[in-house]
Amino acid sequence: MTTETLLRVENLKKHFPIRGGVLGKEIGSVKAVEGVSFEVKKGETLGIVGESGCGKSTTGRMLLRLIEPTDGKIYFEDQDVTELSTSDMRKLRRDMQMVFQDPFASLNPRHTVEKILEEPLKVHGIGTPKERKQKVRELLEIVGLSSYHAKRYPHQFSGGQRQRIGIARALMTQPKLIIADEPVSALDVSIQAQVLNLMQDLQKEFQLTYIVIAHDLGVVRHISDRVGVMYLGRMAELTESEKMYDKPLHPYTQALLSAVPIPDPLYEKDSIVLEGDIPSPSNPPSGCAFHTRCPYKMDVCTQKVPELREHEPGHYVACHLYTEEGSAAGQNKQLPEEGKHE
Amino acid sequence: MGEPAQKLDPVNKSPQEETISPWKEAWRKFRKNKIALVGTSIVFFFILIAIFAPLIAPQGINEQDLPNRLQPPSSDFWFGTDDFGRDIFSRVVFGARLSLTVGFLAVVGSAIVGSMLGIIAGYYGKWVDTIISRIFDIMLAFPSILLAIAVVSILGPSLRNALIAIAIINIPNFGRLIRSRVLSVKEEEYIMAAKAIGMSDSRILFSHVLPNSMTPIIVQGSLAIATAILEAAALGFLGLGAQIPEPEWGAMLAASRALLVQAPWTLFFPGLAIMLAVLGFNLMGDGLRDALDPKMKT
Ligand SMILES: Nc1ncnc2c1ncn2[C@@H]1O[C@H](COP(=O)(O)OP(=O)(O)O)[C@@H](O)[C@H]1O
Ligand code: SF4
Ligand SMILES: [Mg+2]
Repeated sequence: MTTETLLRVENLKKHFPIRGGVLGKEIGSVKAVEGVSFEVKKGETLGIVGESGCGKSTTGRMLLRLIEPTDGKIYFEDQDVTELSTSDMRKLRRDMQMVFQDPFASLNPRHTVEKILEEPLKVHGIGTPKERKQKVRELLEIVGLSSYHAKRYPHQFSGGQRQRIGIARALMTQPKLIIADEPVSALDVSIQAQVLNLMQDLQKEFQLTYIVIAHDLGVVRHISDRVGVMYLGRMAELTESEKMYDKPLHPYTQALLSAVPIPDPLYEKDSIVLEGDIPSPSNPPSGCAFHTRCPYKMDVCTQKVPELREHEPGHYVACHLYTEEGSAAGQNKQLPEEGKHE
Repeated sequence: MGEPAQKLDPVNKSPQEETISPWKEAWRKFRKNKIALVGTSIVFFFILIAIFAPLIAPQGINEQDLPNRLQPPSSDFWFGTDDFGRDIFSRVVFGARLSLTVGFLAVVGSAIVGSMLGIIAGYYGKWVDTIISRIFDIMLAFPSILLAIAVVSILGPSLRNALIAIAIINIPNFGRLIRSRVLSVKEEEYIMAAKAIGMSDSRILFSHVLPNSMTPIIVQGSLAIATAILEAAALGFLGLGAQIPEPEWGAMLAASRALLVQAPWTLFFPGLAIMLAVLGFNLMGDGLRDALDPKMKT
């Protein structure tokens, strides 16, 4: 793996206006994404996890500008994507593709598989009609389907097969980056592993870079090199996959991990149970957005937003337990288990 | 390359498995629907009558035969004769041409105009949508037959103007239907997927939004023909549509309304024709809806 950066995101924000009243005036906003920054290296897989509604899809869609960011910068191969014109952005999508969550909804029911897969090539003017049809058949085989499937319609396939079609579509233009938004969460558990394995094989074969979004840590565990945990529009913790699972720093990550069923019966760990609901992103809590549910909450937590900081090399966390304010507060603070061993 | 999908995915199909297009699937469903087939048969029956009217009708539409006036149905005059001695069977047969033509043309007209307005409103949204939607609301606020009467009184009574009036009053039905359909199709994930591969908005409109918004037009269209036939008859009955001696069913009813007791057949057969034609298109439309678009509510 090279260490070259493919994508860099700086302070990305999306506020969806809430309109009300007869005149449709803006009466508030949903702060779906509230200042997210991260980098993706060439050839790596970055996992993004978090409970439903925390802004993962919005983040993913903003990277391709399917949703226009409210603020922030996106650099793809050092090019500022947010500055591109609409038509240049469309051209750039050849290099950045997306796999969608719902394999039933993301394929047009009135198009044959061939038409669906050919479309990206046509849009970008790649190949002659004959070459395109050839490529469609090749890719069907590559994703584990058969070339004779080309003439069928999406409703003739199972969920797993449709997701393979969705993946094939994303591969048609030989992109550099694929953003997969919960690519397996709509599938049967028995099929999930197959599709994830396929994605890993494809990554090797085509030197792909992935951003894989999931709502539970289990799914991205094996496929990701690094994982970012999001909470209420912000990045709570970001580090290598191994570290995240062995030594989570953020109380929210710890809670998420203790919610993942652990196959090893000898594995013992105090589990932190997440109490209460996720607060509304239209009216997020002050300071650290997690303070309403955090067992380690301190005074400073309700007042100041903890920044995402590099606590150890390559391990970023946004929590006052690891800031000067938190320590300086001199409170009788109780470091979470993993933190204590420091 | 992972496990071959064929082994584990249950819905695997052999190469021989045929391609089932959404149309084919709909046709399979439609074919199983007995009532819809009855409706379709009635519709085709009327279409054949309309096409071959000159061969079927024993007489012309205006062959007066005063000695034979007000004859009850018999082997000579299947549906009897009216007070001018005209053969009612012949007139009802030719009337199918008028009613079907008016129903079909009016609906095609309102479907084209209504869909275009609906697409523009749904796709562009904002103030364009507001203006078009308000116009539809205003038109729908009046009972449609009143609106038709108003249009005909401006244009003058004739069958052609009745057709135009019926086309106009049906525009908002199609417009609203297509608008809401476009709005919901726009939110589908495959539209997002089309954007994600780099497709332009106008291309998405033509290759994804429009084709997926079309089925309601077919369903609504066949139901609207039924209504249009009824509206044409109503206008004819009021003297605002077809003019004497055109054998339009509604006008025939109006001309004979004084004869209800004396010669009921003069009313019965044109009335029966209206009822059957309307029933046929309605049953066919319901069947089409169940087959093409089960979610659709009209
Ligand atoms: N188009 C939109 N308009 C308004 N609010 C939205 C829109 N899309 C998403 N949201 C809101 O933004 C928040 C984040 O949504 P999303 O990014 O889909 O979360 P996730 O993918 O993590 O489940 C949610 O509260 C959601 O309701
Ligand atoms: S900043 Fe405070 S409230 Fe937020 S996670 Fe850390 S300890 Fe908990
Ligand atoms: Mg999502």
